[in-house]
Amino acid sequence: MEVRRLGKRFGKETALDGIDFTVDAGELFGFIGPDGAGKTTLFRILTTLLVPDAGQARVLGLDVVRDLWEIRRRVGYMPGRFSLYQDLSVEENLRFFASVFGTTLEAERDLIRPIYAQIEPFADRRAGALSGGMKQKLALCCALVHRPDILFLDEPTTGVDAVSRREFWDLLGDLRADGLTIVVSTPYMDEADRCDRVALIQKGRLLGVGTPASIGAGYGRPLLAVRDADRHRLIRALRAFPHARSVFPFGETVHYTDERADRSAADLIAELTTYLSAEGFADAGVEAIDAGIEDAFMALMGGVPEAA
Amino acid sequence: MSAGVAIHARDLTRRFGAFTAVDAITFDVGEGEVFGFLGANGAGKTTAIRMLTGLLSPTSGEATVAGLDVFRQADGVKRRIGYMSQRFSLYEDLTVAENIRLYGGIYGLSDRQIRERADDLLQRLGFAHAAGERVGRIPLGWKQKLAFSVAMLHQPRIVFLDEPTGGVDPITRRQFWEMIYEAAAGGTTVFVTTHYMDEAEYCDRVSIMVAGRIGALGTPTELKQRFGAATMDEVFVRLARPTEDAA
Repeated sequence: MEVRRLGKRFGKETALDGIDFTVDAGELFGFIGPDGAGKTTLFRILTTLLVPDAGQARVLGLDVVRDLWEIRRRVGYMPGRFSLYQDLSVEENLRFFASVFGTTLEAERDLIRPIYAQIEPFADRRAGALSGGMKQKLALCCALVHRPDILFLDEPTTGVDAVSRREFWDLLGDLRADGLTIVVSTPYMDEADRCDRVALIQKGRLLGVGTPASIGAGYGRPLLAVRDADRHRLIRALRAFPHARSVFPFGETVHYTDERADRSAADLIAELTTYLSAEGFADAGVEAIDAGIEDAFMALMGGVPEAA
Repeated sequence: MSAGVAIHARDLTRRFGAFTAVDAITFDVGEGEVFGFLGANGAGKTTAIRMLTGLLSPTSGEATVAGLDVFRQADGVKRRIGYMSQRFSLYEDLTVAENIRLYGGIYGLSDRQIRERADDLLQRLGFAHAAGERVGRIPLGWKQKLAFSVAMLHQPRIVFLDEPTGGVDPITRRQFWEMIYEAAAGGTTVFVTTHYMDEAEYCDRVSIMVAGRIGALGTPTELKQRFGAATMDEVFVRLARPTEDAA
């Protein structure tokens, strides 16, 4: 897939602005960003459901505007909202999607077996009566049933609990191992590590593209994890430190960066430890850590939340 | 944090036909506590919250919320609590100011109270310039902060937040949690659900529902020790088997 300077407006709203990236065959590529970043608009253009206003996009070597019918035959698309027929059973949905693409469930059973096996006990159940995790697996089967050459999944794990999310990513990992190219979007930053490469997207622009490790490595300044039992007070104390650049709660720790770019991590640890003990934190811990995707994303946002 | 009890549930149960969605859950939440209410999809969280907010009658057991019985005083419960969810909180076609006025009216505040609290709220959030903007046009992160403030407008003793940060950008998500801390520091009890496991670490105590029951309850540190896990994510994965056949 190759996308160049892609743009899309809706009236005065710019949904996508100068989007550039490529996806190699066999890659598991993730778009990471909050709601409203432009992920769905991008996916709809790439699957030929929307026409871009600017730039070009080629999927499987085909142009998304000129070659839409050929692309539609060859992509699998799982939209963000559950879009199967709620009144048809699990098996009826699968047969329907197979027949639309001129094949049969029997002919494709081997391909989808690993996933279908998990929902087969409920083959007769109405799709509308499935639990969230099962709906998601059925939708994945339906998107795969015509053996697509590339699979688009728009926020497949949104609103899904941590265990089901993990299982779903395991399934995607298996599909990738079989050679399928997969493009997936998610608002969960921790899912970036499951991708070969990711693009960080915010307000219609790409903030960065690369492997999860390279995006973290590009953070460019020491990052410290500070911990204390009284996290709320710790955050306020760190914010009050005269050289604080960013202070964000992060699970059981607080991530800190300093505005003085020339200080080493060791210097900062020493300084902060002294400062915190003077502030009455008897056993606060301070250590240097590697930045993750979420740290990088917040830094690329400029350290401030999105504005209207 | 005072020692008072904000939520008290004893053997609280709800059945739908043959299916027991919530199975005799027992727990207390203290005043001013930030209580994380976690569980896999279908584990019974929503049913439990609907009972605690007076929207659904329990089949058996007992629960008091803000000192009132959820069976017999459901209307009183509703007046003493605030509620916001990811799915629905504010009217998209009304402006920011109109939403505040509408909710203030629903909660029985006087015009003057509404005016004063609206001004204060918009000031604190830095939204004064956006008061005339339709809610459908403001970014999700703003909307969620506004929805939380509106849920707090009538100064409830307890606020229920159902996945308040889903899909929100990572910086706004953290600002949202600072608002939660501030509410708790002011004595409001916060009852919150989330799918972000790092947010479980921000709670004073966490309960994890598994198939209608409370599978574990404790401080994040206690739970990590008990399950020999480094993170709350690991605790959750060990404990919460998704109940796929419970659809």
